Amino acid sequence: MTIYLPIAELSVNIFIILGMGAAVGFLSGMFGVGGGFLITPLLIFYNIPPVVAVATGANQVVASSISGAITHFRRGTLDVKLGTVLLIGGLTGATVGIWIFSLLRAIGQLDLIISLMYVIFLGTVGGLMLLESINAMRRAARNEPPAPRKPGHQHWVHRLPLKVRFKKSKIFLSVIPIVALGFAIGILTSIMGVGGGFIMVPAMIYLLRIPTNVVVGTSLFQIIFVTAYTTIVQAATNFSVDIVLAFILMVAGVIGAQYGVRVGQKLRGEQLRALLGLLVLAVGLRLAIALVVTPADIYSVVIGAHN
Amino acid sequence: MRLLAAVLTLLCLLPAAAGAQWLPGQSTEAVREGLEIGTSTSEIAITSDFHGADLTIFGALSNTDQLLLAIGQYDVVVVLEGPRQDATVRKKERVFGIWVNTRSMTFESVPHSYSMSSSRMIDDLTTPLELTDQGIGIDHIPLTPVGFVGDGSNLGEFRDAFRRLQQGGGFYDRNPSGVRFVSSNLFKASLRLPANIPNGVHTVRAYLFKSGTLITEESLPLRVIKTGIEQTITDAAHGQPILYGCAAVLLAVITGWGASLIFRKD
Repeated sequence: MTIYLPIAELSVNIFIILGMGAAVGFLSGMFGVGGGFLITPLLIFYNIPPVVAVATGANQVVASSISGAITHFRRGTLDVKLGTVLLIGGLTGATVGIWIFSLLRAIGQLDLIISLMYVIFLGTVGGLMLLESINAMRRAARNEPPAPRKPGHQHWVHRLPLKVRFKKSKIFLSVIPIVALGFAIGILTSIMGVGGGFIMVPAMIYLLRIPTNVVVGTSLFQIIFVTAYTTIVQAATNFSVDIVLAFILMVAGVIGAQYGVRVGQKLRGEQLRALLGLLVLAVGLRLAIALVVTPADIYSVVIGAHN
Repeated sequence: MRLLAAVLTLLCLLPAAAGAQWLPGQSTEAVREGLEIGTSTSEIAITSDFHGADLTIFGALSNTDQLLLAIGQYDVVVVLEGPRQDATVRKKERVFGIWVNTRSMTFESVPHSYSMSSSRMIDDLTTPLELTDQGIGIDHIPLTPVGFVGDGSNLGEFRDAFRRLQQGGGFYDRNPSGVRFVSSNLFKASLRLPANIPNGVHTVRAYLFKSGTLITEESLPLRVIKTGIEQTITDAAHGQPILYGCAAVLLAVITGWGASLIFRKD
């Protein structure tokens, strides 16, 4: 059964889109990630124009992150003050990102930059994840205790000025690195259509030393507002949010996620991370191949897209 | 799907005397040949499951020279021209192993779609110069680069690429046997409407050639309107973009929240 996507301007098989949404939802539930970094490349592989894939991906992340955020809010594992500081950076970053996005689109380099950024980020993150989990599995096999974290060492981040006390997180931290992190994630959200949790969570834990129990909830708080903002601004400037496509992905995604969570609870952490690392690497590799393979036609035509 | 047969029979049944009074080839000085075309509607509504169709246009010639008509010296070309917009053609080149758009050219005000039907190959019915002058035919549509300052050496390759891509995408189409005379003065032209026909005001143009010379042309507007829920969404996305964006977010919030309520483990 085919369905016409009004903004992407093409007919697609509804079952493929449903399957894509369910599969990514399942994986995001299993691994506890937003799934934007898988949905956007998959849509591009299925010939959805990258400009639509990115904007629609951001919209889909709103849906897949909201239930998690609500849970964390109820449990009180969400630092609203810290989240707000992150959000200030995030919204600024998203605004700058969309400006860059429109500029790249006008000069015809948008598709290339989206692909390149995905290749770089997926390659790096996937590689690191795989390495780390393999090391962890080896240690587990040799019955060694996990490598202890170097204590006491004053990190450069903690010497920055403008320190603020975040009661919920029980930390006293400069707002500069928090705003900067939010800003960087905001740019990624608007150009890549991702929530950015896969970068934000490790950065908050290892770089900012924020207690693990509030990290996920707080990052989800920032993700929801930044992706919602990005969706609205993308719709207003690039007219590229496909509500039909987004809705199919969302429905399939939230259902898939429920089953993913159940399977995820049965698997061990290192195995999960190794699997996710492999998957991320594979998607990155597929995008990298598309960049170097000779295209079917080296010419392309765009009619009246910018006015 | 609706079949788009726009039919009109023209009333102008020609003055019977027309041909007989003049010798062959002299008619132009006295009475010019006339050309009239018509469609049954000035508006075509297309639903979202539209897969392309043929549009039939009827037309009539008047004041024709019977002898020239008999030996096939009259030719008719009918064109359905889509709304005009600027078009940008980009060319990729390999840069450090990666395919990158390196050069581009924007053509001014070109028809988004162009479907042509003629009584024979247009290259046979007149000279290329005449076609270029009038801008008739896919190969002769004027393609003027915007703000062009280069040496013009690659103008040809970008023009060729544009024509090839537009034909490949089904937007530009030609049918050298699409115009048929149903009687000596009445003709029927079938034009292809592509599945992805652009919304907006199209123009039907008909050209009458006599012995390879363009004598007269006629045009009439034809509005193409897409209907259905998909078009409503497209209109909302462009007409009320902020509201549309907010609706997309609201939909996401409801879906996400709804799912967490339904699947909540109590």
